[in-house]
Amino acid sequence: MGAVGVIIFAVFAVLAIFAPYLRTVDPMRPGLAVNRLLPPSSQFWFGTDHLARDIWSQTVYGSKIALLVGFLAAFTTVGVGTFVGLVAGFFGGRLDEVLMRIVDFFMMLPSLPLMIILAAVLGPSIWNVILVVSIIYWPFTARVIRSQVLSLKERAFVEASRSIGAGDRLLIFGEIMPNVVPLMFAQAVLMVTEGIYAEAVLAFLGLGDPATISWGMILHFAFESGALSRNLYWIVPPVVCICLVIIAFTFLGTAVSDILKPGYREARGL
Amino acid sequence: MRGYAGFAIRKVAGAAVTIFAIVCVNFVIFRLVPGDPVRMLFGDPRAGAELIQEMRERFGLTGSLWQQFLAYLNRLFLHGDLGISFVQRKPVMETVVDRLPQTLLLVVTALAIAVVVGTFLGAIAGWRTGTRFDAIIVSISLGIYSIPTFIWGIILLIVFAVALGLFPLGGMATLGAGYSGWAYLRDVAWHLVLPGGAIVMWYMGEYVLLTRSAMQDVVDQDYITAARAKGIKESTVLRRHALRNAILPVVTITGVNLAFAVSGVIEAETVFNWPGIGRLMYDSVMRRDYPVLQGLFLVFAVSVVLANLVVDLIYGYIDPRIKVGGPK
Repeated sequence: MGAVGVIIFAVFAVLAIFAPYLRTVDPMRPGLAVNRLLPPSSQFWFGTDHLARDIWSQTVYGSKIALLVGFLAAFTTVGVGTFVGLVAGFFGGRLDEVLMRIVDFFMMLPSLPLMIILAAVLGPSIWNVILVVSIIYWPFTARVIRSQVLSLKERAFVEASRSIGAGDRLLIFGEIMPNVVPLMFAQAVLMVTEGIYAEAVLAFLGLGDPATISWGMILHFAFESGALSRNLYWIVPPVVCICLVIIAFTFLGTAVSDILKPGYREARGL
Repeated sequence: MRGYAGFAIRKVAGAAVTIFAIVCVNFVIFRLVPGDPVRMLFGDPRAGAELIQEMRERFGLTGSLWQQFLAYLNRLFLHGDLGISFVQRKPVMETVVDRLPQTLLLVVTALAIAVVVGTFLGAIAGWRTGTRFDAIIVSISLGIYSIPTFIWGIILLIVFAVALGLFPLGGMATLGAGYSGWAYLRDVAWHLVLPGGAIVMWYMGEYVLLTRSAMQDVVDQDYITAARAKGIKESTVLRRHALRNAILPVVTITGVNLAFAVSGVIEAETVFNWPGIGRLMYDSVMRRDYPVLQGLFLVFAVSVVLANLVVDLIYGYIDPRIKVGGPK
């Protein structure tokens, strides 16, 4: 399952990186009126939309946005979540209690409505999508990291380091943090999915960045133009891409957390 | 305080604090809107100062932030007032109350189907862990569950409405058909299939995976072996002995799930133009109708808190360990 995930991811990474060389045109520039809503042909591989824009180009450039948002969102979310988790778990007491109250509160908020109102208030841009995803998902990482830190800080190597005079900062970032890196990685894989989902759904709901084209926006245009039933080809590529990427990262995430489970290495004789 | 009363009071107090915090967050977020929302509403920079002042008063945007906040709390808690829609110029509460039954119909139907089918499949998969049936069910559920509801909605729409023409493209009833009685109910049910199906997809994946892992915890317990040793039929052991114990955590998660289910409702209603509060949210995004968005966020968030509270109270009542154990 993990291998399938890696292969799909590699294909989209290639699309994203080599987008300008893959027989694409400017995905945003409207074309000639006669070229509107065309079915796939040798000139327009995936057909054209209501403004005669090339859907193949939009799809290819869409993978760039999806991966960009996914990875940046995962990076910031796991960064913030890890920091809070480390601090809360290490210091414990009052600080931990307050931080965990905040975490619980954020986890209770319904995610999509929160994303929608934040995106509507902050304005549509991919940077705001990344910000919004981080605001919504950091508590999940914080909880996971904290519970790991709680057991790590009691271990002998931390005690040893403390006894030779290591300060709190060194203990947290030098001794404990290296031990939660695998967990951070597993969380990051999951958060990539959430980032890609968030971008797609917000764009679909009309909160996409007007300066870029993403899979969610292609779907939004398809629904808003009212020409959906005239050109079905239009929405197949973004739907397939979103499904593939999300399934790829879900499989990867499952594979990674299986590998991280205690006992996996022994069972495989590693 | 001890016993169930103490437990219940703690839970209710906790929920009340959470709801108050949500109200505060909700107020703050909508003050982040760049520029003057009332000016934006008119769009025309030449709109008269008097008209703007009047609008400001109507939407509760006069005085200092603190006064605005107090006025907001006062209207909300004492009058159940969620503000006035920029676009429709009528109370948000009225619109929400109008739309809520349609959403409940959609969610409750989808949830009921998903729980029954999902629990059934998950129970069998968990009972036969490691078999081919189990592996297939798990990977399909994982795939189904990870794909967003709006994508499911679009897939169902393309296949069953556009390509096959079996179901309507959207809405809740055939316009202008003038059905009544049974014919109307059948028409609504026919419109319900696809949006409901899109929501069922997500829920079902969730319930299959949950029930499966709960079953796995139960299958090698002594009482299962004991039941088998007594010569009870395998299907009876599964149903009466294993599933009954496995189902408790599955029920609890339903409350937590609601927080995520809200997303599915917004997505499915948007794709299928279902006239509930989810579609209302989309329409309000398109019109930048901030008071409605604000009101809806509150409605969604508070329903999630209340659903969790209800589940906690029921769970605490059923399972004595929870209330005796206290908060930790």
